[in-house]
Amino acid sequence: MSNIIKLKRGLDIQLLGAAEKTLSKLPMAAHYAVVPSDYIGVTPKLLVKVGDVVMAGTPLFFDKNNPEVLFVSPVSGVVDAVNRGDKRKILEIVVTPDVNQEYKQFEIQDLAKASRQEVIDTILNSGLWPMMIQRPFGVIASMSDMPKAIFVSSFETAPLAADLNFILEGQNKNIQKGIDVLKKLTEGKVHLSLLQGNEAAFNELNGVEKHTFAGAHPAGNVGVQIHNIDPINKGEVVWTIDIQNLAILGKFFSTGKVDMSKKIAIAGSELIEPKYVSIITGAAIESIVNDKSCKQQNVRIINGNPLSGKSVSKSGYFAPYSNQISVIPEGDNYELFGWAMPRLQKFSVSRTYFSWLMPSKKYALDTNLNGGERPFILSGLYEKYLPMDIYPVYLIKAIIANDIDKMENLGIYEVIEEDLALCEFVDPSKIEMQQILRDGITAMIKELS
Amino acid sequence: MKELRNFVDKIKPNFEKGGKFSKLHSTFDAFETFLFVPKTVTNKGAHIRDCIDMKRVMIVVVVALMPALLFGMYNVGLQHFRAFGDVAAASDILGCFWFGLLKVLPIIIVSYVVGLGIEFAFAQSRGHELSEGFLVSGMLIPLVMPVDVPLWMVAVSTAFAVIIGKEVFGGSGMNIFNPALLARAFVFFAYTPFISGEKVWVADITSSKGEGLVDGFSGATPLTAISEAATAGAKSFDWGTLPMDSLIGTIPGSIGETSFIAIMIGAAILLYTGVASWKIMLSVFAGGYLMGVLFNLIGGDVYMDMPAYYHLLLGGFAFGAVFMATDPVTSAQTCVGKYIYGFLIGAIAVLTRVVNPGYPEGMMLSILLLNALAPLIDHYVVEANIRRRNRRVKIAK
Repeated sequence: MSNIIKLKRGLDIQLLGAAEKTLSKLPMAAHYAVVPSDYIGVTPKLLVKVGDVVMAGTPLFFDKNNPEVLFVSPVSGVVDAVNRGDKRKILEIVVTPDVNQEYKQFEIQDLAKASRQEVIDTILNSGLWPMMIQRPFGVIASMSDMPKAIFVSSFETAPLAADLNFILEGQNKNIQKGIDVLKKLTEGKVHLSLLQGNEAAFNELNGVEKHTFAGAHPAGNVGVQIHNIDPINKGEVVWTIDIQNLAILGKFFSTGKVDMSKKIAIAGSELIEPKYVSIITGAAIESIVNDKSCKQQNVRIINGNPLSGKSVSKSGYFAPYSNQISVIPEGDNYELFGWAMPRLQKFSVSRTYFSWLMPSKKYALDTNLNGGERPFILSGLYEKYLPMDIYPVYLIKAIIANDIDKMENLGIYEVIEEDLALCEFVDPSKIEMQQILRDGITAMIKELS
Repeated sequence: MKELRNFVDKIKPNFEKGGKFSKLHSTFDAFETFLFVPKTVTNKGAHIRDCIDMKRVMIVVVVALMPALLFGMYNVGLQHFRAFGDVAAASDILGCFWFGLLKVLPIIIVSYVVGLGIEFAFAQSRGHELSEGFLVSGMLIPLVMPVDVPLWMVAVSTAFAVIIGKEVFGGSGMNIFNPALLARAFVFFAYTPFISGEKVWVADITSSKGEGLVDGFSGATPLTAISEAATAGAKSFDWGTLPMDSLIGTIPGSIGETSFIAIMIGAAILLYTGVASWKIMLSVFAGGYLMGVLFNLIGGDVYMDMPAYYHLLLGGFAFGAVFMATDPVTSAQTCVGKYIYGFLIGAIAVLTRVVNPGYPEGMMLSILLLNALAPLIDHYVVEANIRRRNRRVKIAK
């Protein structure tokens, strides 16, 4: 086995309300939707209209810039609505599901005989291509690239993250099939990162290069793992895929059906019963988390984890790349002399507060910014939470200055938002680092196109 | 508490756009956020945030300055009564403190009023929130001034430091030089007689024109005395109780810089809370000490032969190392850079003291010099990172 890669930098934020390891199967949701804005840089062109009957696997729209990339319905039913926003921008394509689900039957491909291009075409047609994410930039992979390698992480370390071992129980066959598919897509290696102590669950998988990691968040971020296994250099492309999505891909290659069923964690201090549920991607949030499942109603629901997830309303839909929904209290209240108080119920990495005295205490952190935005003042703090050979503040400043050369030199190819989320969390200057980084990445993409 | 919040909410519209006092928006905002942490919630990026903010950081530094300030007040009284031969008063600790309090408080008030006034004006004109940086600068400025400095000079130097040192660069976080040191440097070069020599370090000597002083009194700081002895070619220097006195701080000097122990209590607070960089602090002391040892090896005059660790105790060395060199904005930002930056500050400070007889205190200029060089040091450290990244490409190919 490979050596253990120990990451010393990082932080596990202890939050209340981690999901109990009990799985409930939820009834079908009233609506499912595909939300184009969940996919970065995609301009949707519709393939269906309201009233059309669709099956699970029927394309709903394609990307105007990459017409081969299809986005399919996760369920069978009737297209109920196409909700539009300003300038008729398509916000969501809503499908009302049938009672009995029907799956579009695709031909089952023989991987041993199929060429790389044929495998790519099959994935594109199935609508599962958007699961393939490329680095740099964290956008949907471009099928014309030959990735140097493909990386899969088998664990998550973010606050309240789902225990993927629990989620993936019994999925090894599908994952193995998925890995076989990935091996067709790259001339390089397929890397699988394991968490120290959890290696056994994935013992039977073969055809992958296994790496064992130890350390706090963001050790589970695939970007951090790539940096420590085989960093991305200028001009190189690697692909990544979420491991549960990989299982979905593998299942598709075994059955010829697009089955977007997933197990996810619903977690957070405001939930009465944090647990695991099995759902289908795109399910209405209301079917998963509603007024009755929360202790109080002034909450924020997050598609993903509290550090890098996207906030969603109860009328929203579950996003495709995430394995959890987090529910945390909104912090829209004033706090008298908060900055001078001991604040025993709040968490800080700084010893100016006292949470370091209680390392095992769990917190119900709210969404208050806890201060006002200031210029960068402190130094040496941010590097401690990024286990990469990158100077986050210099990178952020290069982006603010829109200095493309500097961004490139300082490592923008190697990071996406989630990798800087901890730096943003600990920042006393409250700078929106994730947003700035995404703006920088957008500028880079524009520059390179 | 509710009443207070209701009151603030009631008057708030007056200060918002279109309100009667909208020109005072930043000022109102500063006071409001001082009273209440705002209800702003995260809307982009991380949904949860560490509960630390700049107010907390800055207030910790101010707290860390308290031991030096309180001892400084006591020492102002002590030096005064000693100089005028009032033995009974000099042994009355509370009396000394009270005397010092009355002398020092006006300087602090002038520094804060002038500095914050300018900060409020700039914040308003830029439409920014008021930055907390001056909470610390406003306390540092009095502590690096001699007690007999005229108040108008404090006002002028503070204004210079805030406007030229900070605001022209864009405010806190953007400045190149430490504002408090800039204030001190301004007084030093603009009004040299007032801040050097033997008269200014003890309260009331200037105004009394030397009458009533005890026989043989010299108000010189130990550094000046040693420097003069060395220049005069003295064979030996009577150290007497100087090491112990400077450890405790009962020597003439700027208000806050004399007591090594009080400064170290502050250092402990800063290091314990992690607000200041131990790397910088340690390397400043290491740089100063090693430079002192080097001079010991060379030898030649009393200053060069002075035990190396005296350098760390005397003058503004410890104060500069703990509170000035570690200013996160003007110091080096990178880990390796901090070691280089700190080491050079210590070494150059001692070099200036010993080699330049006309300039007994090297700490201030040494830090200002390295403030100017810090971006250069960081540049090379970051360049090394870029080279590592580029080399990877070549190996890959």
